[in-house]
Amino acid sequence: MPDLAIIIPSVLNGLTTGALYALVALGLTLIYGVLHIINFAHGALLMLGLYAVYYLNTRFGLDPYVCLLIVPPAMFALGYALQRGIIGRAGHGRDENILLVTLGLSIVIENLALFFFKSDTRIIDTPYSFEVVQIIGAFVPEPKVFAFIGAFVTAGLLWALMSFTDLGRAIRALAKERKGATLVGINADHVYAMSFGLGIACLGVAACLLLPSYYVSPQVGQGFVLIAFTIVVLGGMGSFVGALIGGLFIGVVEALSGLFLGESLGQIGIFAIFIVVLIFRPTGLLGHKV
Amino acid sequence: MSDTLLEISGLRGGYGAVEVLRGVDLDIASGEIVALLGSNGVGKTTLSSILTGLVSCWGGAIRFKGREIQKLSPRAIIDMGLIHVPEGRHIFPNLSVRENLELGSYRRGRANRAKNMEHVVSVFPRLSERFDQKAGTLSGGEQQMLAIGRGMMAEPELLILDEPSIGLSPLLVEEMFELITTLNGEGLTILLVEQNVLQSMEIANRAFVMENGAITLSGTSAELMDDPELQRSYLGLV
Ligand SMILES: Nc1ncnc2c1ncn2[C@@H]1O[C@H](COP(=O)(O)OP(=O)(O)O)[C@@H](O)[C@H]1O
Ligand SMILES: [Mg+2]
Repeated sequence: MPDLAIIIPSVLNGLTTGALYALVALGLTLIYGVLHIINFAHGALLMLGLYAVYYLNTRFGLDPYVCLLIVPPAMFALGYALQRGIIGRAGHGRDENILLVTLGLSIVIENLALFFFKSDTRIIDTPYSFEVVQIIGAFVPEPKVFAFIGAFVTAGLLWALMSFTDLGRAIRALAKERKGATLVGINADHVYAMSFGLGIACLGVAACLLLPSYYVSPQVGQGFVLIAFTIVVLGGMGSFVGALIGGLFIGVVEALSGLFLGESLGQIGIFAIFIVVLIFRPTGLLGHKV
Repeated sequence: MSDTLLEISGLRGGYGAVEVLRGVDLDIASGEIVALLGSNGVGKTTLSSILTGLVSCWGGAIRFKGREIQKLSPRAIIDMGLIHVPEGRHIFPNLSVRENLELGSYRRGRANRAKNMEHVVSVFPRLSERFDQKAGTLSGGEQQMLAIGRGMMAEPELLILDEPSIGLSPLLVEEMFELITTLNGEGLTILLVEQNVLQSMEIANRAFVMENGAITLSGTSAELMDDPELQRSYLGLV
């Protein structure tokens, strides 16, 4: 039985990774909750965000956290355009079509990335990449602490937007009652695209927070998307709080099972829990949608 | 007729290949309650939906405030002040009562949101008790009030109420019709779409009776009450 001196850093590490998982899952669950589609292009779009941060840093010398001012808005615009221009049109409102469209998009994006960026794994160098912060006796890399805080701030902003703005109310209204929404003058195509854009902007934030302590390659999104799907199902499809708690939970489970079962088996713990939860609580840990 | 607000002439429309409305003529003057009556399936809701741009118009003209609107989008029609409280309410069940009302002014009336909300609550005091409750938890009558309140938030110049009494207990129906009279007394012009012929005629200035996609009878409520045709087919008097 490993003692606390090993378990605490592992849990902290899991929480920081989990906060980023939560951010990725938040975007996915927002899109699912409103558009009722599972965005298979989520991982590929995260990868694009990571490359954006990578090139802004290596070519223009921008700090990844300065990229927060550029990448999330750009990803928002990309998401808006994708939904309004491609997914919404090509899907013809049929779920199975939309599923295939987002799957197709992810394949196209990943192959374009392979072509343009090559399959190399790349990292960036920042002055704080190897700085650490001491938390309850454990040393946590600075970028991971920033990522944890950033993910929560983003989640808070998103929650405020959904709760206190007309856009947020319109998004929630449209999720449940399209005809009523049309009758109060909500432009469904626009609001659907705004929702998709917001979900993708979350990926932009995640990319900026992630790269200082991670890497980018054309396939980097795949690992995240599988975990994000797990979180979304675990937290209850469409639930915000569920995505947050689910993300942290999965991060910790991954870290601890890595500790006890060995690094390469870390993810097995996640899927074992996933299957157990689905057997006993098919609607996820927190039950229903927001 | 003085000061015509809405004028519908030769209106045709339907779904797919099926024609539902076969040339409807109807007019509403400012300040009136006009009832559109008829049994189930004659095309009343189709007419309401074409008026607010939810269903496309095949032919004929709709003139609102002097302007042809049959080609406009629902949003452009809302902007002009023609507001539709639909059959079946279609409130937002996952939003609170307050949020439902707020979204009523999503497009129009936003500047006066707080003031209009106070007004809605003064007309429907039952809503204030449920203000922060999810709209889906309201009773049928409360949901209908919320739907009307949501419509009022857009500062309507013409309010279409499609079957506001459907599914309500007789006592609530009475209350609902009184509230509609109150709103009209404040100057709101109302198109009241109903199957409830007798009670509608009691509060309406004029009425149009629709059968099979066309208007078959029209006149002031007093005239229609005396019409032998109407007495026979709708009032069950012989
Ligand atoms: N969305 C729709 N698609 C196809 N047919 C419809 C639709 N809505 C109504 N109808 C048909 O149009 C006719 C008129 O319906 P409706 O306008 O709802 O009548 P009312 O409101 O007077 O009861 C009915 O025959 C109905 O079956
Ligand atoms: Mg009807």
